[in-house]
Amino acid sequence: MKESLTHPSYLHHHYGDVDQQREAAKLGMWLFLVTEVLFFGGLFCVYAIYRAWYPELFVNAHHALDWRLGGINTLVLIASSVTMALAIRSFQVDKQKLAIGMMFATVMLAATFMVIKYFEYAHKFHVGQLPGKFYTYTGIEGTNPHIFFSIYFAMTGLHGIHVIIGIGVILWLMSKARKGSYHSGYYTPIEVTGLYWHLVDLVWIFLFPLFYLIG
Amino acid sequence: MTDSHSQSEHKDHILPVKLYLSVGAVLFFLTIVTVAASRIDLGQFNLIVAMVIAIVKASIVGLFFMHLLWDRRFYMSAMLMSVLFLGVFIIITMSDTMRRGDIYEEVRHPIVKDAAMYKDIDKSKNDAHGVDSHDDAQAAEGNEAESDAEKDSQEHDTPTH
Repeated sequence: MKESLTHPSYLHHHYGDVDQQREAAKLGMWLFLVTEVLFFGGLFCVYAIYRAWYPELFVNAHHALDWRLGGINTLVLIASSVTMALAIRSFQVDKQKLAIGMMFATVMLAATFMVIKYFEYAHKFHVGQLPGKFYTYTGIEGTNPHIFFSIYFAMTGLHGIHVIIGIGVILWLMSKARKGSYHSGYYTPIEVTGLYWHLVDLVWIFLFPLFYLIG
Repeated sequence: MTDSHSQSEHKDHILPVKLYLSVGAVLFFLTIVTVAASRIDLGQFNLIVAMVIAIVKASIVGLFFMHLLWDRRFYMSAMLMSVLFLGVFIIITMSDTMRRGDIYEEVRHPIVKDAAMYKDIDKSKNDAHGVDSHDDAQAAEGNEAESDAEKDSQEHDTPTH
């Protein structure tokens, strides 16, 4: 009886119980992910249109990308997805220390991804493989290779912004987790952030073959 | 624990660590497969193979890491719905863009294929003194020859307009 009068600190007043709160948060995150799919979808549509229009352009220009770096980045992001999933699991079984370690590993892997991306971008900036009118490189055969780099920078750039936001959110949650905010009874913020993080991984799973592994 | 009753109601899918690790291993393996597949020349099927592998990987991430396999079916249907609408979006848009040449002759056979800015790039390339590699120089020559040819064709075309 006493339980029904008091409620845990993490339960907000406008929810009936912890489960309702958790389901509402997850529903909200899933609907956000739906909008994210459509957000990236616009760019995937651009990609599809231009690749159908200029198939040789994509084949010629994609040789400027290093599939090894793209491949390593794919593995790095998959590994970060594993550590994020393990972080959630660790909270489920009340191993907070391990969970924080797993979140830290996720952040480090995400940072590795961004560092590799930085080197790729820096090289392209250096040789002038830039989007649209900023394109000045002359080493690629065929017509209009700048179109490839416009789409490349738009898609990987938007994805990179998502990775940076993910790093920020996970660091913020880590600082709260250190204060003991999350445990087996309440770990919803970690769970929904995990969903977001997996979507970021998922987008890259498509970007990698579409840009680095053409023909 | 004060919230033990609510905890038992939780649909808490605590999965074994081993499962997460093996799912990760499968994803690693499929990444290697997709790289290997891209090195075999299958013509148009390369794209299809790459996309099939990507869809399998994405499904694995969704089903296991995002817990769609155990969670409420509503989340799965929301996700599938977004993919469905993305498909509608792309197919309808491309049914337009892929048929534009049917109406406009200049879309099917553009007179000048390169964007206008490439003329400036070629010019600055000629002014610059021996930029990096030998290959670049050759490609630049190729471009120049091409754009010259285009200029010619333009000149021939203009009187008729």
